[in-house]
Amino acid sequence: MADTLLKVEGLQAWYGESHILHGVGFEIGRGELVTLLGRNGAGKTTTLRSIMGIVERRRGSVTFDGRETIGLPSDVIARQGIAYCPEERGIFSSLNVEENMLLPPQVKPGGMSLTEIYQLFPNLLERRRSQGTKLSGGEQQMLAIGRILRTGANLLLLDEPTEGLAPVIVQRIGEVIRTLKSRGFTILLVEQNFHFAATVADRHYVMEDGRVADMMSAADVAGNIGKLQAYLGV
Amino acid sequence: MGACNIFEVSSQLLFSQVLLGLINGAFYAMLSLGLAVIFGMLNVINFTHGAQYMMGAFAAWLMLTELDIPFWAALVLSPVVVGLFGILIERLLLKRIYHLDHLYGFLLTFGLALMIEGLFQWRWGSSGAPYPSPIPGGTNLGFMFLPTYRGFVVAAALVICLATWFAIERTRLGAYLRAATENPTLVRAFGINVPRLITLTYGLGVGLAAMAGVLAAPIQQVSALMGTNLVLVVFAVVVIGGMGSIMGSIVTGFGLGIVEGFTKVCYPPASNTVIFVVMALVLLIKPAGLFGQTK
Repeated sequence: MADTLLKVEGLQAWYGESHILHGVGFEIGRGELVTLLGRNGAGKTTTLRSIMGIVERRRGSVTFDGRETIGLPSDVIARQGIAYCPEERGIFSSLNVEENMLLPPQVKPGGMSLTEIYQLFPNLLERRRSQGTKLSGGEQQMLAIGRILRTGANLLLLDEPTEGLAPVIVQRIGEVIRTLKSRGFTILLVEQNFHFAATVADRHYVMEDGRVADMMSAADVAGNIGKLQAYLGV
Repeated sequence: MGACNIFEVSSQLLFSQVLLGLINGAFYAMLSLGLAVIFGMLNVINFTHGAQYMMGAFAAWLMLTELDIPFWAALVLSPVVVGLFGILIERLLLKRIYHLDHLYGFLLTFGLALMIEGLFQWRWGSSGAPYPSPIPGGTNLGFMFLPTYRGFVVAAALVICLATWFAIERTRLGAYLRAATENPTLVRAFGINVPRLITLTYGLGVGLAAMAGVLAAPIQQVSALMGTNLVLVVFAVVVIGGMGSIMGSIVTGFGLGIVEGFTKVCYPPASNTVIFVVMALVLLIKPAGLFGQTK
């Protein structure tokens, strides 16, 4: 790849005694939108959490922008320019919407301004004084995405942003993700919803049993539907 | 307590006891506030709090007698010194037990309190030393004589409590604290150095206890065990207010001081136990405390 932003090699990770990742390897180019697909328990979320440094017991290599991060604590990794949007969204109930929005500190120059983020998510502007967890599921998801856009991080890790949301909201989130890509963000997206993933991604990695089992570009998907369905068990 | 008939009590006695209760309440509020902040962030019930309050008073007394540092300077310096001592304890000891059961935090902080109090008792005895009032004089309120300094303590405690509340509920640093109390892992993954935030919180909570100790020095004797009994009441206050609730600690602290004052008028023998009776009642009716949230 001409300009690799994130390179993962031989990544292993453990939760307590259970060995979850058994040598994951993939890479993402600058400005690319890549998905990790796979069944429940394939290790997609653990991969994101290991890149972010949240899983403490990990081995192998994760290089971001040419720097090794495997031994760093998560706050230092975040400050290199990686931002994380967790599956459970992680909206803070003791903070209002705007406080949630302003919580992640700026790690690099060049993040989006608060005004731009509110233009992207007008609902959040209206409800900026509400308690964070009083928002609807879709609004909470938008808040969880919106708050990491301010920080200047150029790699976004999005964990199942469409989970449990109505089709019209899923569509809206798809538009947002495309907008973010056009603004130059590099995005690693974990998805169960393949139909959604297919509409936004440049490439797909398929995970199975804590390893990357396959890779296909967006153009290859049409010819490999059968194979994909077998991987995903749909 | 049914024996109390408020109309038979002279208003002089009533007002003076309520005012005295308010002064006690000021200390309950300041101490339970620090405990609540520490518990919220560290998940440790800081049984060393009473000893740290005592250290604050002692630091002020030593500053005055050994170094000629006056009360007003000690009011700032002593909390800084004792707060730094707290930071040392957090870095050396407490940080090793966060992942363990609450019991370990209890044993560690309780053991530390015994050691600190023992050392002070060994070095300075237990009889206590007087600390001259920085604001002598007083006012005759008609129903009682109010020493000016005691009035100052109530006002100072209010300012300290409200400033702490403001710092936690209305500032950026406070938002980090609240968020890290809820989900430290995610806050750290946003690039915030949570371990440092925890250390700072403990230092601040301990500093609050020390500041209360400095304020108490001119009212009480400065002695090694001055925090031991007080801290028991303060734990009851925290439980009644709701573990980890900031406003709950402040309101409950002052409120219970007043309740105690009333009891002294109505039925003096119960004045030492009334807070624990209230605690039992609150726990029966609202186990999370008056201002606490059930998780």
